[in-house]
Amino acid sequence: MSANNDTIGKTITVTVLLCVICSVVVSAAAVLLKPQQEANKLLDKRTNILAAAGLLDPSKSVDESFEQITTKVVDLETGKYTDAVDPQTYDARKAAKDPQLSEALPRDKDIASIKRQANYQTVYLVEKEGKIEKVILPVHGYGLWSTLYGFLALEGDLNTVVGLGFYSHAETPGLGGEVDNPIWKAQWPGKKVYDEGSTAPVLGLVKGKVDPSSPNAEHQIDGLAGATLTSNGVTRLIEFWMGENGYAPFLANLKAGGV
Amino acid sequence: MSAAKEVLTTPVVKNNPIALQILGVCSALAVTSNLNTALVMTLAVMAVTAFSNMFVSLIRNHIPNNIRIICQMTIIASLVIVVDQILKAVAYDVSKQLSVFVGLIITNCIVMGRAEAFAMKNPPGISFMDGLGNGLGYGAVLIFVGFFRELFGSGKLFGYEILPLITDGGWYPANGLMLLPPSAFFLIGIFIWIIRTYDKKQVEAPEFEMAPNTKKEAV
Repeated sequence: MSANNDTIGKTITVTVLLCVICSVVVSAAAVLLKPQQEANKLLDKRTNILAAAGLLDPSKSVDESFEQITTKVVDLETGKYTDAVDPQTYDARKAAKDPQLSEALPRDKDIASIKRQANYQTVYLVEKEGKIEKVILPVHGYGLWSTLYGFLALEGDLNTVVGLGFYSHAETPGLGGEVDNPIWKAQWPGKKVYDEGSTAPVLGLVKGKVDPSSPNAEHQIDGLAGATLTSNGVTRLIEFWMGENGYAPFLANLKAGGV
Repeated sequence: MSAAKEVLTTPVVKNNPIALQILGVCSALAVTSNLNTALVMTLAVMAVTAFSNMFVSLIRNHIPNNIRIICQMTIIASLVIVVDQILKAVAYDVSKQLSVFVGLIITNCIVMGRAEAFAMKNPPGISFMDGLGNGLGYGAVLIFVGFFRELFGSGKLFGYEILPLITDGGWYPANGLMLLPPSAFFLIGIFIWIIRTYDKKQVEAPEFEMAPNTKKEAV
């Protein structure tokens, strides 16, 4: 390190050169790898959607399996499909932060503690011969440490659960993190979200194990041991998203056949 | 090449950045709950320390002394962003689990410590080896901790079941503590203990000596 390195001229030259070279390297990496990263993100999302609906078929590629799924965007207030945004590119998580596309929830209605809710949500439908076989709905809500993001899939009767899966959360491993446990998740298929003729969601987690002889067993899931707050969070997010402020108007329209 | 071999292997046991210098412990706690993330993190840190050492060393005769830390930081930060982008493109699942900790390699004291202490005074080739060696030393601890945390915390190694868990119908009750970051403190402590038992030179001289209990007679 000779002394002449410390002149103002040399200092500025080195700084500028170093910054230019580094920024070229960084932007080149970001630009060149972007398509691959986007493809990964899409694949990841599709895998989660298929997993929630129980359609993940190891013999087929994810994209192939996804062909049977129709993507639509629903206006939550009216419960009807909307053309205001493109279903392929619309991102409800981003929209929830945009004041133009979302609304702040008043505290008494915000049972899932999500603070802001996007006006539109993407839904995924599996249709066969014009009849709806499965509906996959994105849901999210606050647990203990983090917001849990996942998909809830329903049968064509719009009441029976096909599956529930979370693709992003940061709950305590081994306790709240057991929402990812396949044995726990296996309880969900066949459970009913609503009572016959009612639109108030009653599906939820109970403390301890579900008593199979109880008349309410079809609306109950085992609580997560040692994770009361995560369990409450999951119950509340189901209650919120399947209720009036969530997908209830859309499901009612779907049932009546006029979306 | 014996010098190169020496700088490559000394940081693994004799001068381990985590065990002796107690640097970079933060990420060692965070990314070791399973071996997969520990291994990828090791590779990422190795790549960053090796290349940052090499590039810093290449321009060491031109870096103005007053802004040398900033220059090292610029090189390290650029390399970390490149590594992060590559991980997102080729190993998306692991990069999702590592989340912010790839970005935090920038603040990993090992990387900057080696740039400042070694690369500023040595030629590029040997600096590269030194970075690689320190990455290895860091990785050795990560793999050690990750091995025990994954085995006893979730009964698996690299995601393959070794001890069938009770919750999955097996016999092994998972040790939940192992999945939480504090367990890495115990494991790193044990690792340091083992190393210092084997290599007595690493034991620090006690900072004070206990005085004999002079008041004993008075009672």
